[in-house]
Amino acid sequence: MSEFFAMGGYAVYVWPSFILAFIVLVANVVAPLRQRKRALTDIARKLRRARKVQNESHT
Amino acid sequence: MIIRFFHQMGSPRYFYNVAGKLVPWFMVSFLITLVFGLYYGLFVAPPDYQQGESYRIMYIHVPSAWMSMFIYVVMAVSGLISLVWRIKMTEIVVISSAAVGASFTFLALATGSLWGKPMWGTWWVWDARLTSELILLFLYLGIIALHSAIEDKRVAARAVSILALVGVVNIPIIHYSVEWWNTLHQPASVTKFDKPSMDISMLIPLLTMAISFKLYYGAVVLMRARAEIVERERNSRWVQEMVEQEAK
Repeated sequence: MSEFFAMGGYAVYVWPSFILAFIVLVANVVAPLRQRKRALTDIARKLRRARKVQNESHT
Repeated sequence: MIIRFFHQMGSPRYFYNVAGKLVPWFMVSFLITLVFGLYYGLFVAPPDYQQGESYRIMYIHVPSAWMSMFIYVVMAVSGLISLVWRIKMTEIVVISSAAVGASFTFLALATGSLWGKPMWGTWWVWDARLTSELILLFLYLGIIALHSAIEDKRVAARAVSILALVGVVNIPIIHYSVEWWNTLHQPASVTKFDKPSMDISMLIPLLTMAISFKLYYGAVVLMRARAEIVERERNSRWVQEMVEQEAK
């Protein structure tokens, strides 16, 4: 098994390539999820503030 | 029926909902093809008679290079549609593809460099193929920067679509660079008219990885588009209703 990881002596080139790919692929999935979540919470906060201002102006 | 589909897909709300349903399918099929591709590429495919095991970097390098060009062409076409018909959704496709396109371009350059060091003896050389791919990376970064620089997103989309269209001339240059100039980078072994000059045992994992990356792009571009839609349509009623529902 260990000679598999040695990659015929090229381990130091092959594995970083696959690790880098993994990082890039994960990052591009996480980024849009966080972007959407941040936008939704931002809108929610603005809505709450708008409603609070409305209630105060009525009382 | 098709016309109705595209007409409906033009409405951000409809696109948002349909995209939400499609993303899991894209993601699952991406993961399945990825596992197959990596298993065949790392364990089943034989070592190369010259390069030994180091050629396995190909299973990341080549699909991401193909993706870097494929995504840019998708952006250029959507940019053209956005400019001509001013459709909001195609504008969103352009900017939603930029980051993942830039990532694949960076990945192609980085894994190419990691492959070049043992095989060519250098991390980088100003070779026609490498240089044109680097220009592609700058184009992607330019598109991302331009979009974030302009406040009004409809104006930003027009500027970005124009930049995407101007830059598309670089794609054939990248593809044919290995034919036109005497490059250190090898010529095409798959994307050519006659039979690919690669053994089937290596070709299958490579094509599986290529399909896998396309499915991945499908998932990510839809996820990005959904985020962009929420940001752009923040003042519309349906987004606010959705936010209130999620807040409950």
